[in-house]
Amino acid sequence: MADLLNVIITNLLGLAKQNPIGLKAADPMEQFEIVRIFPVGNTPFDFSNASLSMVMVVVVSCIFMFLATRKVSMVPGRMQAVGETLHGFVSDMLREMAGNDGLRFFPYIFTLFLFIFVANLLGLLPTLPSIPKMFHVFTPTSHLAVTLSLAMITISIVLIYGLYKNGFKFFKLFLPGGVPLWLAPLIVPIEIVSFLSRPLSLAIRLFANMFAGHLILKLFAGFVVSLIAAGGLMSGLAILPILGNVAIYLLEILVAFLQAYIFSVLSCMYLGDALHPDH
Amino acid sequence: MTLSMVKIAADTAETAEKSGSLPQQDLSTFPGQIFWLLVTFGIMYLIMSRVFLPKLSGMIEERRDRIADDYDQAAELKRQAEEAEVAYNQSLADAKAKASSIAAETRADLDKEIATMSAKNDEQLASQVASAETRINDMKNAAAAKVQEAAVDTTRALVEALIDEMPTAEATKAAISQN
Repeated sequence: MADLLNVIITNLLGLAKQNPIGLKAADPMEQFEIVRIFPVGNTPFDFSNASLSMVMVVVVSCIFMFLATRKVSMVPGRMQAVGETLHGFVSDMLREMAGNDGLRFFPYIFTLFLFIFVANLLGLLPTLPSIPKMFHVFTPTSHLAVTLSLAMITISIVLIYGLYKNGFKFFKLFLPGGVPLWLAPLIVPIEIVSFLSRPLSLAIRLFANMFAGHLILKLFAGFVVSLIAAGGLMSGLAILPILGNVAIYLLEILVAFLQAYIFSVLSCMYLGDALHPDH
Repeated sequence: MTLSMVKIAADTAETAEKSGSLPQQDLSTFPGQIFWLLVTFGIMYLIMSRVFLPKLSGMIEERRDRIADDYDQAAELKRQAEEAEVAYNQSLADAKAKASSIAAETRADLDKEIATMSAKNDEQLASQVASAETRINDMKNAAAAKVQEAAVDTTRALVEALIDEMPTAEATKAAISQN
């Protein structure tokens, strides 16, 4: 049995690599490659497919918000209702996590949520066949550089605003109220480590989710191509990874929203710390 | 099936490893990504916070105010309606009281009138009854006198027929009256 499976797999792999009809599964890692579109002077800040996708995120977000606010009226139209729902969703989240004075960060959290959500969603669009690699669908949030930068923006706001508003009291953050003083030598290092790990956990959670999700999508798609290329009975089996991909795709839409939500909620929570470090 | 998938996945990972590392680990792309993230995110933040969000927030605020205003207005109108109802009930009660007092007055007047009228009637009737009784008595007496007279005449005639002597009227009368 195991031998038979082995033979099948070897044949499958061999056929996938050089099959009679010339089908070839794309490398699932290819979607993460960064391709320069044009250099920016002598700087290292190349405009790449990653930059293009982020520009697209801004464009799509702005089109959405434009439609939502095109004709604002007392009785909202369809798009305005969607915009107001999003507005209410983010402001409720912020109020719940950081209190009413947290609303000063509303534009930031709103932009953050919309940016991540749209970036995650746009990454789920299929790439048009046979267009240049630089225009392939790309998910900026599947790159640690981007998610880490987003996390660092949040943490910078927490640090700068927290120190500006609370001064030295900001460091109460590292010794929660009600903890006996003799526990301080234990608690303070733990709290400092947890504070320092915040940007990393924010960044890695988002990056890993988007990376893994897109990798699995492309892997399953690759199975479909390999199985069809194998011919015969194997071609029939291609239905399995197709069904799998449909399920994963739906899951990925949920993950796209969920990860944007988690990133924003945690950012709200950390901003709440900057506002009220004593609890 | 799963095994073959795992094999392909492992194969892929192997090629990825062979070609160096993940694209995410390529530090040479970091400056570009970070720079363009800051640019695009910053632009998006400015557009959202300056253009779109004030519009949306303004409308939500306006609606909230409008609803609160409408609510206040409704409360005010309700208060006025309640006041009007109280006034209406008051005037209704007043009118009822007035109507019943007028009715009572009228009834009293009528009763008085009826009383005087019936008193007058009674008086008239009483006098009529009295005169009638007098007349009856007169007639009775007259009749009685006539009867006595007839009895006296008859007695005298009888006595005359019996003893051939006619008693005087007075004597006969006295004799009859003795019985």
